[in-house]
Amino acid sequence: MAIGIIQEKERLAFRFDKLGVIISILALYGALLAPFATYRANRIIQGEARGIMEALPPHLGYGLLFLVVAGAAVALLRTPALFRMAMALAALAALAGLIGIAADHLTPPENSYARVSPASGFWVLVFAFSLLLTDALTRLNPGPGLRLLVLAGVLVLAGSMLVAGRWDGLSIMKEYANRADLFWAEAGRHVTLALGSLAAATVVGLPLGILCHRVERLRAGVLNVLNAIQTIPSIALFGILIAPLGWIAANIPGASAVGIRGIGAAPAFVALFLYSLLPVVANTVVGLAGVPRAANDAARGIGMTDRQRLVTIEFPLAFPVILTGIRIVLVQNIGLATIAALIGGGGFGVFVFQGVGQTAMDLVLLGAIPTVVLAFTAAIVLDALIEMTVPNSSQGNAA
Amino acid sequence: MIQIEEVTKRYGDTTVVNGVTLTVAPHTVTVIVGTSGSGKTTLLRMINRLVEPTAGIVKIDGEDNRSIPGYELRRRIGYAIQGHGLFPHRTVAQNIATVPTLLGWEKDRTEAKVEELLKLFQLDPADFGPRYPHELSGGQQQRVGVARALAAEPNVLLMDEPFGALDPIIRSKAQEDLAAIQKHFGTTIILVTHDMEEAFHLADKIAVMDKGEVVQYATPAEMLVKPATPFVETLVGASERPFRLLGIETVGEAVEPGSAEGRPVPEVLSQRDALSELLWSGRSALPVAAANGEILGRVTLQAIVKRAARPR
Repeated sequence: MAIGIIQEKERLAFRFDKLGVIISILALYGALLAPFATYRANRIIQGEARGIMEALPPHLGYGLLFLVVAGAAVALLRTPALFRMAMALAALAALAGLIGIAADHLTPPENSYARVSPASGFWVLVFAFSLLLTDALTRLNPGPGLRLLVLAGVLVLAGSMLVAGRWDGLSIMKEYANRADLFWAEAGRHVTLALGSLAAATVVGLPLGILCHRVERLRAGVLNVLNAIQTIPSIALFGILIAPLGWIAANIPGASAVGIRGIGAAPAFVALFLYSLLPVVANTVVGLAGVPRAANDAARGIGMTDRQRLVTIEFPLAFPVILTGIRIVLVQNIGLATIAALIGGGGFGVFVFQGVGQTAMDLVLLGAIPTVVLAFTAAIVLDALIEMTVPNSSQGNAA
Repeated sequence: MIQIEEVTKRYGDTTVVNGVTLTVAPHTVTVIVGTSGSGKTTLLRMINRLVEPTAGIVKIDGEDNRSIPGYELRRRIGYAIQGHGLFPHRTVAQNIATVPTLLGWEKDRTEAKVEELLKLFQLDPADFGPRYPHELSGGQQQRVGVARALAAEPNVLLMDEPFGALDPIIRSKAQEDLAAIQKHFGTTIILVTHDMEEAFHLADKIAVMDKGEVVQYATPAEMLVKPATPFVETLVGASERPFRLLGIETVGEAVEPGSAEGRPVPEVLSQRDALSELLWSGRSALPVAAANGEILGRVTLQAIVKRAARPR
């Protein structure tokens, strides 16, 4: 009885969800105090803030306010994780749809100069409900398959909104419409840079890692050099590469024909490749070192050749760790490839730096948002893959 | 037959194994004992060339073990180690099938072999075959490790402290199983251990190693009666000697005509266990029965005490 009473008291004292308090404060601030959208007469002029009720037709405005308050309540109180997830998804979907409607609502008819973009309140709301979503997902602890399914669902939803033109009224989409061809060309360049350098780093890094594992004297030297490269700031590395690549282009026949130059995509590719080497090599070494000694000894003792042992025992056991290295590289490269635009390497960075130059925030976002989405998607997909490759090995007392 | 002739292994200036000569008769169990660092594991690993000798020759059935590549040699020789060394990402059945697969056996033959071995080690093939090593107990893992070593029907089985990681009860069960399996296949076994109890329990012959040299190579009884050096004497354990001596022989060898009260003991029981039973039950004689239940006679406390005395 006494214990029951104490538990009852505790339940009363901690009725509120701790993270939920922060989420609900953020949500209410975003909805009631901060502007929902910004209206500008043209693309570079100072904007005017618009609250939810100003930005939306009344019935939708009240609907959104009601949804936000309900969402804040769900977050604040201790509610089942599945319910919290559903609430967060509903709020995010509503925000995605309504910002497009706000754009159409705020833009005067027949005016192609006016720009509407999401303002701080919108972003705060997105952040608050994303927090609620990730928190609920962490509590539900879904398997890798389910996580991929959720990701695919969100991407398909966003994709269909784009295709259906629901966001066409937004400033960022107007920036896109003005340079659609360029956008896809730069997107291709961005992905090629990030994935190409990853592929090159894997092709070189895996054998190098295996070699470092086998030859102990090599290990410290190689890892230290790669570590040192990792500490060079990216801009500095681009600068350092200009001279040798320029020399190669000028002096080696055929080099410039295949695109090697002091500036442009070549140094960006080389820099990303160099940054990628450390995670790939280091994780290969760590993964191979983690293979149980007894398993290795037994493999040799029952007559496997060195190659058979590498392919059938060491590599499969080290694979999840190696894949973790590749995940680090992929996410890092997608972000870093933005910098390539600085030396004419192309990619989404082109829009970011153009936007900064023209003080056009929406152009910056046109470069930044796809980069973030790509990196996020890559991280989720590879995390799920890693989890799928560790089904039965290296758990428990398997050594 | 395994002939180790003047085998030496040096690492730099350190001599780990120094001019060892040993001949192991076929279908017997030889146990190499010694303290850690005595070179016993290195000697074992030179037989299947996991370690290449600096000097000397190892012959298996009269053939130099360097006449074929090391990995081919090792596929013909069973190898089981402490901590079993099972591959954690492969099922029990896949683990056992490793060497037959390397040798290119047909699928049916391999599967039949895996099933036979699992049954032999009292593991249900349907239940245990698809499991992963981490889903087994320590004793089961160890049995699978030995089963894997025996999968390609090797004539020779090398074991490096195979029971080192097991608790005492499971260990003695594993030793019984090994003895039974050795009889079943007639495999020549060379086993390395630092556990004298294990050595006396399993060995036909014991080789004692100290500082890289074999100081005595003899049957367990000889080793008890005539230890070659003080080191061997210490290793055998002076206060344990009479009991070890009794542990080697069975009640059947001490049986005499006559009758005794109480429950009979089987004739295959060791004399040591019979002594224990006599002391514990406070009797002076025990009836001895054959496997079929027929009473063969009795064994007396007096007779056993006499047998425990140092032979002259």
